[in-house]
Amino acid sequence: MEMVYEWFRTLYQETGINLPFLYDEYDRNRMIDGLFTTIKLSLVCLFFSIIIGVIGAWLQGSSFKWTRRFVSGYIQLFRNTPPLVQLYFFYFAIGTLLPRVENDWGGQSPIFGSFAWAAISLSFFAGAFNVEIFRSGIEAVPKSTVEAAEALGFSKLQIYRDITLPLAFRVVLPALNNNLVNLVKTTTLAYAIAVPEMLYEANQIWSDNVNVTEMMVFLLLAYFVLVGILVSGMNRWERAMKIPGYG
Amino acid sequence: MSWTTADPMVSLKDVHKSFGELKVLNGVSLDVMKGDVICIIGPSGSGKSTLIRCINALNDIQQGSILVEGQEVNDPKVDKLELRKKVGMVFQQYNLFPHKTALQNVMMAPVRVLKQDKVKVEEVARALIKKVRLEGKENAYPGELSGGQQQRVAIARSLAMQPDVILFDEVTAALDPETVGEVLQTIKDLAEDGMTCILVTHEMAFAREVADHIYFTDRGVIVEHGPPETFFQNAQDPRTKEFLSQIL
Repeated sequence: MEMVYEWFRTLYQETGINLPFLYDEYDRNRMIDGLFTTIKLSLVCLFFSIIIGVIGAWLQGSSFKWTRRFVSGYIQLFRNTPPLVQLYFFYFAIGTLLPRVENDWGGQSPIFGSFAWAAISLSFFAGAFNVEIFRSGIEAVPKSTVEAAEALGFSKLQIYRDITLPLAFRVVLPALNNNLVNLVKTTTLAYAIAVPEMLYEANQIWSDNVNVTEMMVFLLLAYFVLVGILVSGMNRWERAMKIPGYG
Repeated sequence: MSWTTADPMVSLKDVHKSFGELKVLNGVSLDVMKGDVICIIGPSGSGKSTLIRCINALNDIQQGSILVEGQEVNDPKVDKLELRKKVGMVFQQYNLFPHKTALQNVMMAPVRVLKQDKVKVEEVARALIKKVRLEGKENAYPGELSGGQQQRVAIARSLAMQPDVILFDEVTAALDPETVGEVLQTIKDLAEDGMTCILVTHEMAFAREVADHIYFTDRGVIVEHGPPETFFQNAQDPRTKEFLSQIL
């Protein structure tokens, strides 16, 4: 590895192309932390937004009018407002209303840090779209298949879990992929509330090194690769879920 | 008053059913004894399918009474799980679960609904698949099976719940002519085993052969009924005669 580091140091000295996170240990650690924060934030949001989507779509099929209205109100609110405004709303409006707790140094700090708020905010944001995506899939499951399960004595919840959801999932995977790709890209907004993700750390590095162009090129490529890995994973999953002779 | 096998297993009294303005059943009454095989025939739109769908509460009714082993179905408090354990159903479009193999389709309800032991259920399910003559197709998905094969899996799936009575809703209507026979043979085997069967069908030759009793419905009422010999040879009502002359 030392040789690689040296090569990039020489590259900088000879050409002026400065990629300090490749030869400087301090900057390297910052960039790696940023990368892992982005991955962690993405995974947490992916997970919770899918959970919100599954539960929301189930509640939308409820026989209580107010439950359905509550879910569609949630969707409208999060779909019709910019995610950055949502993030600020959670962090600055809700965050300051919540009680504070004593931290390790005897001071006061908010109950949720910026990472937690970013995770909450972005999960609700992507979750709103996921509810709609799952609902479209549920509507694509033939009523007669559900009826067959009913006639076998399945309860509503069992039908949703064992029949409707697995079938709906296969229908919505392409749409779900799109939304999850968007979600990963939207994690860069967490920069605005100082979550030390990749964009934030890159900013730190270009502030210290005045190498904005190089960092921008690197960021673009890094997200391209990161999202590319997600997409190929999802495509493999799509293939693995395929049922012989169906769809 | 508890139900005994001397009482009808399924008993309909003056059943009325409408979908909004449209009246589908206008006072239907019939009794089915344990071990009986009855066939309901009649022109399309006469309410045959609705009639049997009411028996396992897939459709509700507006008036009248439906008793299954003495239990009232037309009651908002009816335990649907208890009812559906007793009443199996096979549909025109098979309605198998497309994401499960034939074996899994048969096993699913006993494992999930009845919470039976998986190992024992699998043993029973394999025997049922053998009974419907589909040995070797256990791991095939519905999409890989022909219509007739799918329908036989659907029959096995229904049998796995060990129902007391099975409803067959035009189960051969969507099949290719050459696969109709294999499904009818399966139903015939069941009838010979003493299973109580209520069939809606257009297969007159089959009805004549296996039914103990035939009901002819038209415009929401039972026009005429009787044992197959008298029904087919000696129909009284002009509507029955006209219907039979068209299809026989």
